[in-house]
Amino acid sequence: MSGRAGTGSHHWRNQRLTSVALLPLGLWFLIALLRQPGLDYAIVSGWFAKPLQAFLAALFGATLLWHSMLGVQVVLEDYVRGPLRRFTIGLSRLAHTAAALALACALFRLVTGGAG
Amino acid sequence: MYTMVLSILHRASGLYLSACGFLLVGWLVAAALGPEAYACAIRFFTTLAMRIVLLLALAAFWYHLFAGCRHLAWDTGHGFEKKVARRTGTVVVLLAAAALAATLILTPAGRFVAGVP
Repeated sequence: MSGRAGTGSHHWRNQRLTSVALLPLGLWFLIALLRQPGLDYAIVSGWFAKPLQAFLAALFGATLLWHSMLGVQVVLEDYVRGPLRRFTIGLSRLAHTAAALALACALFRLVTGGAG
Repeated sequence: MYTMVLSILHRASGLYLSACGFLLVGWLVAAALGPEAYACAIRFFTTLAMRIVLLLALAAFWYHLFAGCRHLAWDTGHGFEKKVARRTGTVVVLLAAAALAATLILTPAGRFVAGVP
C-alpha cells in the first residue's frame, strides 16, 4: 500500500491495455522477423529503414517495455519484502526507461539511413 | 494444482520475455551501430547457448500470448468455473505447442533456432 500515483487501479488497467495492444504488435513483430529471408546486416538495416516498419517497431518496443515494466513490478511487489522492494522496482523502472531510450535512438538512426 | 502451475508459468514466461526484450533492444542497437557491431551481435546470438535461449523465448512467447488471452477472459468475468478453467488451460498449452512447432518448422529462422539444417 504505497499509495503512489500510477499504482493500484491505473497499474492494473495499463497492464491490460498494453497486453491487448501487444497481441497484434507482438504477432506482427514475430512473424515479420521470422519471415525475413535472413538476418544479416543488409536485410535488417533495410527492414527498419522503411518508415512504417520502424514506426511499428517503435510502437511494439515501447508497448513491450511498458508491459514488461508493469509485469516485473507486480512480481517484485509479490515476492520482495522490505526496503529491497522499492529499490528493485526503481532499478527495473530505470532499466526499462534506459532500454526504451536506446531503442528510440537505434530506430531513429536506422530509419534515417543507419551507420552506412 | 494444474491451474496453479499454469498461472505460475504465465509469470515465469513473462519474466523470461522481459529479459528477452532487453536482448531485442541490444540486437537493434547493434544494427544501428553498423555492420561490425551487428556482426559481433550475430556471433553472440548464434552460439549454442543463445540458440537455446531463443528457442525458450519462442516457447515463452506463444505460451504467454495464449495464456494472456485466458487471463483477459478471466478479467472480463468469463471462464472462472473450475472445470472451464481446466479445459481452457489445456487448450492454451496445446495452442502454444502447435504455434511453437509451426514457427520452428515453417520459418528459416525457426529451423535455425531448432538446430534443423
